[in-house]
Amino acid sequence: MNNKLNLDQNIIASCRVYAKNIAEQVQQFIDLHTTVAVERTVLRLLGIDGVDEFGRPLVNAVIDHLVEKADISKGVSHYMTYAMNDHDETPQEIAKRVASGSCNLSIYQDLPVKTEMSELIPFFEKTLARVEAMKEIRSQWLKNTDKKTTPAKYVIVATGNIYEDIKQAISAAKKGADIIAVIRSTGQSLLDYVPYGATTEGFGGTYATQENFRLMREALDQVSLEENRYIKLVNYASGLCMPEIAAMGAIERLDMMLNDSLYGIIFRDINMKRTLIDQYFSRVISSYADMIINTGEDNYLTTSDAYDHAHTVLASQFINEQFAKKAGMKESLMGLGHAFEISPEIENSFLYELAQAEMAREIFPNAPLKYMPPTKHMTGDIFKGCVQDALFNIATVTSKQSIHLLGMMTEAIHTPFMSDRAIALNIASYIEKAFKNFGDEITFNPDGIIVKRAHFVLNQAHHLLEEIKDEGLFKALEKGRFAEISRHEDGGKGLAGVFVKHPDYQNPILDLLKKRLKEEHHGR
Amino acid sequence: MAAKSTWIRPYGDTENDGKIQISFSLPVPASPLGEEAAKKIALQMGIHDPSVVHYEALSDHFSFYVLYGRAEHMVDLNQVNVVEMDHKVMSKEEVEAFIEAHFVEPLVFVGASTGTDAHTVGIDAIMNMKGYNGNYGLERYKGIKAYNLGGQVDNEVLLEKAIELNADVILISQTVTQKDVHIENLTSFIELLEAENKRKDFIVIIGGPRIHHGLAKELGYDAGFGPKKYAYDVASFAVQLLKEKGIKVRR
Repeated sequence: MNNKLNLDQNIIASCRVYAKNIAEQVQQFIDLHTTVAVERTVLRLLGIDGVDEFGRPLVNAVIDHLVEKADISKGVSHYMTYAMNDHDETPQEIAKRVASGSCNLSIYQDLPVKTEMSELIPFFEKTLARVEAMKEIRSQWLKNTDKKTTPAKYVIVATGNIYEDIKQAISAAKKGADIIAVIRSTGQSLLDYVPYGATTEGFGGTYATQENFRLMREALDQVSLEENRYIKLVNYASGLCMPEIAAMGAIERLDMMLNDSLYGIIFRDINMKRTLIDQYFSRVISSYADMIINTGEDNYLTTSDAYDHAHTVLASQFINEQFAKKAGMKESLMGLGHAFEISPEIENSFLYELAQAEMAREIFPNAPLKYMPPTKHMTGDIFKGCVQDALFNIATVTSKQSIHLLGMMTEAIHTPFMSDRAIALNIASYIEKAFKNFGDEITFNPDGIIVKRAHFVLNQAHHLLEEIKDEGLFKALEKGRFAEISRHEDGGKGLAGVFVKHPDYQNPILDLLKKRLKEEHHGR
Repeated sequence: MAAKSTWIRPYGDTENDGKIQISFSLPVPASPLGEEAAKKIALQMGIHDPSVVHYEALSDHFSFYVLYGRAEHMVDLNQVNVVEMDHKVMSKEEVEAFIEAHFVEPLVFVGASTGTDAHTVGIDAIMNMKGYNGNYGLERYKGIKAYNLGGQVDNEVLLEKAIELNADVILISQTVTQKDVHIENLTSFIELLEAENKRKDFIVIIGGPRIHHGLAKELGYDAGFGPKKYAYDVASFAVQLLKEKGIKVRR
């Protein structure tokens, strides 16, 4: 392994032990609970889709019905298996019945546990077969095209209208983008349902819907053929519908999902219990579907100072890594996040940025690190902005980041125009070429600023992790350890959707996914 | 030379040369046709001798142009009106002293990022303890009680809270401005205040990267703050206006 910074491997190993301990404490809690989003996801994986006459998703209709009329803590599978047996109908048909009021699931509440759930399994298998087929298409693409050795260029589209997004995405791909992310409409993270169908009205982004996923994937498949490169698609499995969106992404072949274990808690004031339970199921799905996750540590630096709080980013990366491991995730899917956000006013800011980026690369050598561009210190001076982005691009290529989220000169002005994106891609491509092997050529002064900075940040992260291990993650969040924002265990949105599992709780699809992931690990 | 004219034009390197640069995309393939169309658009904008210095394809159906030319238009500075705040800017300490000298403490500030807007960076920068860029937020001001309601707060909820907390000042942050969603939302808050007959009870201030004082006045707010404004800017304005209006003033 590359160790240009001469980092202390014992401290790194100790960080991992602390982080593992932190994740294990939380995992014990997670395993005892379910949420409305988890149960809706079970229904989606049974193949239920569509909305009722009021536009309410059928999966919401069923879960709302259970919350109101029955004991959801047994898990929706319990009810579905009985109802399907009784009516001799598909999950979709049962869901429609429940939505229209012609089927009351509460009558099954006190019936005994069905250990086999033989009615459900073929439907789960059908969905998983679809996910497998999607994995196969992706893996064929990646096998048959050249593997990039430089960071993958990632740009966002955010028009609010999926059809305009497609035009923008095609242009970006033609200009060299490797990854397209469709930003969601502002506020979608707080909707406790996933909107349905193709959408053309969104603000600051476009709604994440299964149909929008499909439309964009279809367009990118076409442009992949034309460019003979596989263009990856990203969306957001975050907010109150985390695992549902992961499931939709798995079905429609999204390649990456924003999926942070703490982001929603800190930045969207979603209840921490809800988020931690939901992130687990969503990550199990991502692991199974070979979707790379992107974690959101970069966001801490939008409220906290990037120089003073660099260690919180590293500590959180360690924690996100362990949560991902708990979900059976391979390191090659862990897109841990960080960002280039140190104030340009600080002398040697570039050296500190390079220290942080290089440090992340050395500590997580197999992770497809996601590196975010300057945003906080972009001013509206688009000309200077190009240079700030150029410095960021140099740090990205030099420290061999994996996922290179391009900065836009018009950051802080508007969601990018097609031309803003093209200029960013032109500049990034130039630097990618010009600095291609620069990182291989340089070593760092062992007593210099960069090495010292990396050691300092690692030590600070180590202390922080030790403290969090002792106080527990819930307490740490209450203390505002990340992003200096404090959240309470019983505060925030979505807590009403959290339930302690009944002793007879069943989730056959989660069990099946876990079993298969375990087999896959043993098989390797 | 005659007395300095108040009529001006953009300046490149010679007085009155009118030199400007513009860039834009067109929904046509990159081609001589697109280049001519770009020049024609510039001519219609009153730009003489437009010269396309660079163009390139953005996709098979879109192209990008960078042009230079000479602007024909002039403006008379005497005819230009700027809506400016005529309140003096005070430091945090001065604001605190001002409050102590004039008011029945504390002054209550309630703020939120409203509507669908989930971005709280702006309101946090103004209100939260730590503030932004080394400038403490209102929570840290002596004599001010600050309540930050966070993001995606409905206008109705904001007003309800403001009444419940006996607010003197309401702060609204708007970051997302795509398709003018902020204008609609800000207008509806003022309408709500008026419908409830509460407009006079509060000082109402807006802020955000695309907000300016002129826009705020136009929409019926007391003030608007754009980029690079800090808690002390907002507080200075608010306390002076509260005093003028006699709200919570010590008799």
